[in-house]
Amino acid sequence: MLRYLVRRLALTIPVLLGVATLVFALIHLIPGDPAQAMLGETAAQEDVDALRRRLGLDRPLVEQYGLFLAGVARGDLGTSLRTNEPVAQAILTRVPATLELAAAAMLVAIGVAIPLGIIAAVGRGTFVDHLATTLALTGMSVPNFWLGPLLAIAFAVELGWLPVSGRGTPAHLVLPAISLGAALAAILARMTRASLLEELREPYVQAARARGASRPRAVLRHAFRNSLIPVVTLIGLQFGAVLTGAVITETIFAWPGIGRLLIQSIGFRDYPLVQGCILFIAVTYVGMNLLTDLVYGVLDPRIRYD
Amino acid sequence: MWELGVGIWDLGSGNWELARVGALIVLAAVAAALLGPLLTPYDPAAQQLALRLEGPSAAHWFGLDELGRDIFARVLAGARISLMVGIVVVGVSSTIGIALGSVAGYVGGRVDEAISRVIDVLLAFPGLLLAIALVAVLGPNLTNVVLALTLIGWVGYARLVRGQVLRTRELEFVQAARALGATTVRVLVRHVIPSTLPAVSVQATLGMGGAILAEAALSFLGLGVQPPTPS
Repeated sequence: MLRYLVRRLALTIPVLLGVATLVFALIHLIPGDPAQAMLGETAAQEDVDALRRRLGLDRPLVEQYGLFLAGVARGDLGTSLRTNEPVAQAILTRVPATLELAAAAMLVAIGVAIPLGIIAAVGRGTFVDHLATTLALTGMSVPNFWLGPLLAIAFAVELGWLPVSGRGTPAHLVLPAISLGAALAAILARMTRASLLEELREPYVQAARARGASRPRAVLRHAFRNSLIPVVTLIGLQFGAVLTGAVITETIFAWPGIGRLLIQSIGFRDYPLVQGCILFIAVTYVGMNLLTDLVYGVLDPRIRYD
Repeated sequence: MWELGVGIWDLGSGNWELARVGALIVLAAVAAALLGPLLTPYDPAAQQLALRLEGPSAAHWFGLDELGRDIFARVLAGARISLMVGIVVVGVSSTIGIALGSVAGYVGGRVDEAISRVIDVLLAFPGLLLAIALVAVLGPNLTNVVLALTLIGWVGYARLVRGQVLRTRELEFVQAARALGATTVRVLVRHVIPSTLPAVSVQATLGMGGAILAEAALSFLGLGVQPPTPS
């Protein structure tokens, strides 16, 4: 296990370095002079030069890269051009909101998908199965930038049951969480159904029934537990999709998280902040994938890098 | 995982009806996009402010938006752009992916190592996030959206093709072609790459939908097609 852990961690380091390099390259992709692009075409030359110095764009590229990596390693992501606030601090103040939304969306997805998947698998080929299948396909086909506004119109504007935007009370969380969690719920329901169906065919389930275990017990205590391994992996791997989806959901519901911060900073051409947000989301994503792999290694001891 | 949906292998076992319905829906969408201007007399950008937000009627099938533009005409015009984005992104990214994936898988060694590391890093990013970042720095317009989606799109094809090529290059017909003196390029183009195309075509079908949705998401965030062009 220790060897697997060390090997997996070692494999992550070049990926993280690559991610940081790509994020650094982003600012140098700006056509022409990045400082000019940030300040606009009409900016005075002195202002452009001052910004170039402030961002270190007047130094050789290799030196800029070294300074960027050293900064990232220290947790220093530069300062926001608009508010002068350190980028790391701006991001950290938004983390709780995004985590709250992501957790609520995951909870919605798991709460809906697992029972739906179990019902569909147990009643394979019946009306309930077809209904669950159709619901799952609908959930996957509906993009959240469409579902979100639709939910807001129906439940906030027309019915007035829930607040239309912002953060504060648990009621504020309901619509964004459903909007973000719907697609994940659909994918998880499909996976739960397929994985459980596979386990139900195994002889150990029949053996449990032969020993006198009731059908619900054979399904839930025996087959379902084993069917959870791919489902847990999928939940971890889908975290990236939830983070990206959060960028859209936070924009729809004015949710003060990192996604909204990213879109706002793009609007203001606050590139250090854009860079910081992208790096933070990407590193979180890599971290979640690493964690998923490690959990998978614990759940299924056959998985090894040898 | 595939049991819920209709896998392509189900087509022989009585699911032709569903496949036909699916094909009809796709054909209708493509025809509407291609024939758009013939189906409606309205200009998608023309404003009739007096009629703004009017509901559906015989003259305006889908009604009018907040600027009094015909929504049906805008849907048709937007469909053309979406279709174009899907075709270009899938076409270019699959070509790049096939080329790099097959070279990585066939040549192996340092070339494979280099291409695989780039793939690893790009896959470490949530795809749409990287597209958002690219469009943010390159500037929001349709060309940059296509460029960004292509830059993230080729990775999936390259990884798929690399895996397929690793398996195919050991097969007897490839060994035979090599023994007969065929050059590396000829072996790749004539023998190895064609064997990867069935898998690539499945990925391309899914990728088309993905590219269209990604473009829609970017446009929703204000980073895609710019007003008044519909998307």
